[in-house]
Amino acid sequence: MDFNFTEEQTMIRDSLSRLIREQYDFETRRKVVQSESGWRPEMWAQFAELGLLMAPFSEEDGGLGGGPIDAMVVMEEFGKGLVVEPYVPSVVCGGGFLKRGSDAQKEEYLSGVMSGENIFAFAYAEPRGRYNLADLETTAKKDGAGFVLNGHKAVVVGAPWATHFIVTARTSGDRRDSNGVTVFVVAKDAQGISTRDYPTVDGRRASEVYFENVAVGAEAVIGEVDNGLPLIETVTDEAIAAICAEACGAMKVAHAMTVDYSRQRKQFGVAIGKFQVLQHRMVDMFMEHEQSISMTYMATLKLDEDEVTRKKAASAAKVRIGQAGRFVGQEAVQIHGGMGMTDELAVGHYFKRLTMIDAEFGNVDHHLKRYTALSEMDLPAAAE
Amino acid sequence: MNLDFTPEEIAFRNEVREFIRDNYPKELDGIGTREDLTREEFLAWHKVLGKKGWSAPAWPEKYGGTGWTSTQRYIWSEENARVDALMPLPFGVSMVGPVIYTFGNEEQKERHLPGILSGDVWWCQGYSEPGAGSDLASLKTTAVRDGDHYVINGQKTWTTLAQHADWGFFLCRTDPDAKKPQEGISFILVDMNTPGIEVKPIKLIDGTHEVNETWLTDVRVPVENLVGKENEGWTYAKFLLAHERSGIAGVARSKRGVERLRNIASEETVDGTPLIETQDFARKISQLEIDLTALEFTELRTLASEAAGKGPGPESSILKVKGTEIQQRLTELTLEAVGYYGAPYGYGMEATGNEGFGVGPDHANFAAESYFNMRKTSIYGGSNEIQRNIISKMILGL
Repeated sequence: MDFNFTEEQTMIRDSLSRLIREQYDFETRRKVVQSESGWRPEMWAQFAELGLLMAPFSEEDGGLGGGPIDAMVVMEEFGKGLVVEPYVPSVVCGGGFLKRGSDAQKEEYLSGVMSGENIFAFAYAEPRGRYNLADLETTAKKDGAGFVLNGHKAVVVGAPWATHFIVTARTSGDRRDSNGVTVFVVAKDAQGISTRDYPTVDGRRASEVYFENVAVGAEAVIGEVDNGLPLIETVTDEAIAAICAEACGAMKVAHAMTVDYSRQRKQFGVAIGKFQVLQHRMVDMFMEHEQSISMTYMATLKLDEDEVTRKKAASAAKVRIGQAGRFVGQEAVQIHGGMGMTDELAVGHYFKRLTMIDAEFGNVDHHLKRYTALSEMDLPAAAE
Repeated sequence: MNLDFTPEEIAFRNEVREFIRDNYPKELDGIGTREDLTREEFLAWHKVLGKKGWSAPAWPEKYGGTGWTSTQRYIWSEENARVDALMPLPFGVSMVGPVIYTFGNEEQKERHLPGILSGDVWWCQGYSEPGAGSDLASLKTTAVRDGDHYVINGQKTWTTLAQHADWGFFLCRTDPDAKKPQEGISFILVDMNTPGIEVKPIKLIDGTHEVNETWLTDVRVPVENLVGKENEGWTYAKFLLAHERSGIAGVARSKRGVERLRNIASEETVDGTPLIETQDFARKISQLEIDLTALEFTELRTLASEAAGKGPGPESSILKVKGTEIQQRLTELTLEAVGYYGAPYGYGMEATGNEGFGVGPDHANFAAESYFNMRKTSIYGGSNEIQRNIISKMILGL
């Protein structure tokens, strides 16, 4: 057992944390978030330069030979800085699918992900599908050697900045069948794709993405036709581990800001941090954050284990972090009082991001249910 | 003890229901979850009620109240909540109005009460300061007597909707040498058009402009705008806060909120099943309803004891704490119900406009924004921590 980071991982953390401190301060971020494009391609280029976009990929694939722990390190720092650039959509999700794709797909797309030229968004959610990854109304009908895509993908984070989409679609079976789901890689400028772009409440950009008779070749399929769901779940579990790490970073800062504020802010002649009722709440925030770090490590370390173990670990972490994020976010605002409600202070923005992380890739209830169902599978058969 | 309405009360309910149906401004339909309303929108229903004589049911009849019993007032709130009516803002009707008719002189009553009732005059509250929030009595804004004027200097904050205000009621320190911070404070009415007043917007995390900083520099206010006695403003301020707290429970509105949540949860589905039919979510709504019932009956008991001649006391702190927790929980569950469509930002930004509005189903608009906004409720009106201190001190005697 070893909870230490490698030298490379420590280097990534240090250089990224310096970059964020120097070029991603809160006021700069505010301007970027409110700008027309909502992000900084030049920041993305710097991430590429630091090797962040290559870090989690094997050397064989042209990466730096890291893995999910490297992504965890990156995402925790991103959480601290409330970074809006699309690392999870492009590197964790896009890269996560592509590294499991064919050699041709790796060659065509993955090197571009690592260099930062290709930016992926993951179009999986649908207006009526909620958190069920197989509940798909988007269809891909066989057409000669290829497929024709039709459907509407909801709240595709990072889509306005993307060059490509990973799209999940139904190739056979009924809506919600676990079989009959296929994963496609599609260029955003393909004929028949249209988007409606908008900002999100936590400072990102997303789109509704519409597919109208979008023709793709057989080479656009990642993995097996009709058997895409296990692949989708694998990648989303990696994405869950990554956003759990992001949440840990956000909680850390929200907590630190709150403790700091409670030292500065004086009422009734003393710093409010002297009031026991607030002390205990800040201790609870601290414990929630610590538990979240533990769960993030656990889920990240179990990503390579057998399917049930991996899924349970990801769901368990997502449940715990959803709950912790809500508590830490709400209390951070509450203890800041009116100041916590202002757009001017960063703390409210951490609260907003923590809130939205709960819904991404399934909320507390969804993952509690998933965990329970997986535990039932684990039970020994009833005594005969 | 019984819960039945008398035939007279049922007739009353039918009367107000009909009145609301026939007179509630059509342009306000569906405005319920928006926070960025115009002055005209805020006042539209208030003005109708002012003409009818129903804008301040809780006031004594001789000052323009309706003389309704507490049951009738309960019915009134329920009927308004049924249509999501945008009720008169509290600053005039629930806050400064009662202070003026209780502690003000005849001249002040004559001058100010009619405008509060009619909705023609918009009031704002100058209480909190950057250094005086929970510890309100440490406020530093000064009012110094100069002939027949007070000269006010200082900074107030969280002045809700002061951008629309015609008048404000301000707590100012008139005796800097008083022994206790609560002594030496006066309650002064200020015309917001007086030179020296500057109102600057504070943007909140949901993107709305609800509150402001209000700066006062050598603001000259006639001495006749002092309410009650000089240096005794703290008594009036506390009286007002107790009134503010009792209205803050928002039971009728939360009941309507639960109903709306039920509708949303019937439309949203999980694996094809309406969310409301899933055990997880159904139980959350049930729990919320149970908590709301407990609050409702606590409020009814409070109203009954008020009707028996006891003004709102420290018990109103229970209503504030529980009422705001329920309002927050409601928006939390609404956001949870809408899933991914909580993310689009409804108010938008300068650079892009409000392109996030209307992306998902209508019921998802502002779900996240409302949740963020409602975090204020456990902070304002005396934070919920302060309410617990009040209960601890005034009721438990600790």
